[in-house]
Amino acid sequence: MGLEQFKNRNVGTQNYTMVDAGHSPKGVLCQFKQVVKRTFKGELFVGLWVTMKAMLKALFANDMHTVKYPFEKLPISPRYRAIHDMLRLLESGHYRCIGCGLCEKICISNCITMDTRYDENQRKEVSEYTINFGRCIFCGYCAEVCPELAIVHGSRYENASEQRAGFSLFEDMLTPIDKLNLQQEYSGFGSVSPNADDNIKQTPLAY
Amino acid sequence: METTLIEKLPEVTWVGSLIKAVLILAIISALAGFGTFIERKVLAFMQRRLGPMHVGYYGLLQIAADGIKLFTKEDIIPQNANKLIFMIAPVITAATAFIALAAVPVFPDFTIPSWIPLLGDTFVPSIASDLNIGILFVLGMMAAGLYGPLLAGMSQANKWGIIGAARTAVQFLSYEVVTGLSILAPIMLVGSLSFIDFNTYQAGGIGDWLIWKQPVAFVLFLIAGFAETNRTPFDLLEHEAEVVSGYATEYSGMRWGMFFIGEYANMITVSVIASIVFLGGYDVASMFGWFFIMAKIALFFFLMLWVRAAWPHVRPDQLMWLCWKVLMPLAVVNILITALVMMV
Repeated sequence: MGLEQFKNRNVGTQNYTMVDAGHSPKGVLCQFKQVVKRTFKGELFVGLWVTMKAMLKALFANDMHTVKYPFEKLPISPRYRAIHDMLRLLESGHYRCIGCGLCEKICISNCITMDTRYDENQRKEVSEYTINFGRCIFCGYCAEVCPELAIVHGSRYENASEQRAGFSLFEDMLTPIDKLNLQQEYSGFGSVSPNADDNIKQTPLAY
Repeated sequence: METTLIEKLPEVTWVGSLIKAVLILAIISALAGFGTFIERKVLAFMQRRLGPMHVGYYGLLQIAADGIKLFTKEDIIPQNANKLIFMIAPVITAATAFIALAAVPVFPDFTIPSWIPLLGDTFVPSIASDLNIGILFVLGMMAAGLYGPLLAGMSQANKWGIIGAARTAVQFLSYEVVTGLSILAPIMLVGSLSFIDFNTYQAGGIGDWLIWKQPVAFVLFLIAGFAETNRTPFDLLEHEAEVVSGYATEYSGMRWGMFFIGEYANMITVSVIASIVFLGGYDVASMFGWFFIMAKIALFFFLMLWVRAAWPHVRPDQLMWLCWKVLMPLAVVNILITALVMMV
């Protein structure tokens, strides 16, 4: 399909449907009729009833929309890129990071710094790992590039701080060993939020 | 024979009036504060919010918090303002609102039970001063209260204030005619300007209420009352979306609070007038007369909040159109019909 019909700015010749927005009354009698009609139409009471219904539903049908934020939070989408988490292997409890350095390499704001060494078994271990959250732009490349699903985005989004630079250490982001059974697997960038079903609404075909 | 303290005092009525004046001031100020809480709650519920929740149980102490805030805020007087007028304008609003309440009865006459020390067996009339021109006095006082916004807006050297003051004049000129004319028809029926006479005229129960004889006057008075108290369909004076805060733009702290208390006291006054003139007032014969009039006043107060949640407000020219071209002719026709029916 070409773009010709969209480039045609000649309004008069096109196939527009005019919305019936009414017309202002002509003459004193018509104006008077309109006033009387509107006066006795009761539209104002419809408005009153709508608000009263909203109040009754809010009070007695549990239709209150307030979320008492610091005390209760709405579930956030799994796609949300919040403060990072370092996950552990479920079987051994050892951290998953193999020290490959891909996240450090791909980080476009240069906020990940890591240092590795060989441990006594000649395996690579992470000796230093920090993320400067003052620089991090939460692009999610580190989590995407990680071959072991070791660094993922968690759900902590309240990261206001008093200083511009805020460094998180590896241990701060690592799942605590006693909470290993509560560790949430990262469901990935394409997943839907846990309350997706509640958010589905009927398509408003009525209008 | 034992005499009570009040009887021993030489100026019995003077002391009684003083006590009642202090009581009215204290109770109505507290009620006005509580009215803000109720308004916030009702508006919140109608918008499916919770409203104030954290100060005190269910947010009940929010009034105290607001009061402390208002009292301790800095009192700023703009450099180019007319300082004297700027300072006394809020007092006019608050004072006239309370003076109007002096002539308004809110409960039946009663005698203090004899087991209460000092004041036992004292007969208490229901009203601070039963003027024979009660309605005129109250309406006049409430109209005089409009000097508050007018002077405040003109004295503060602020464009929004000037616009607010101009709108005050517009609104005042529009609704005041309707208020007077709409209440004239019930006055003709009752043949008195005293609220007590209105109450006794309707003493026969719901069937005697003036709302059935004067429905048009009731609606007109309600509309004019909304305009008189600057409530939402007619809150032109300080409509935030248009004129920042209108006449109250430069006010802060307790001076602004006085405007606020004056507005809420006026709301209560209009509710009381509507309850007594049209809805039968307090029932003298019934033991729960005081309760019924409180319920009626609360109903009108709630109606004001309800309307604020539901309806948009009108433009100044729409208000003038409504008052001069629709409501005033209706009121005049209503008076004529009433007069004809009374003659025949």
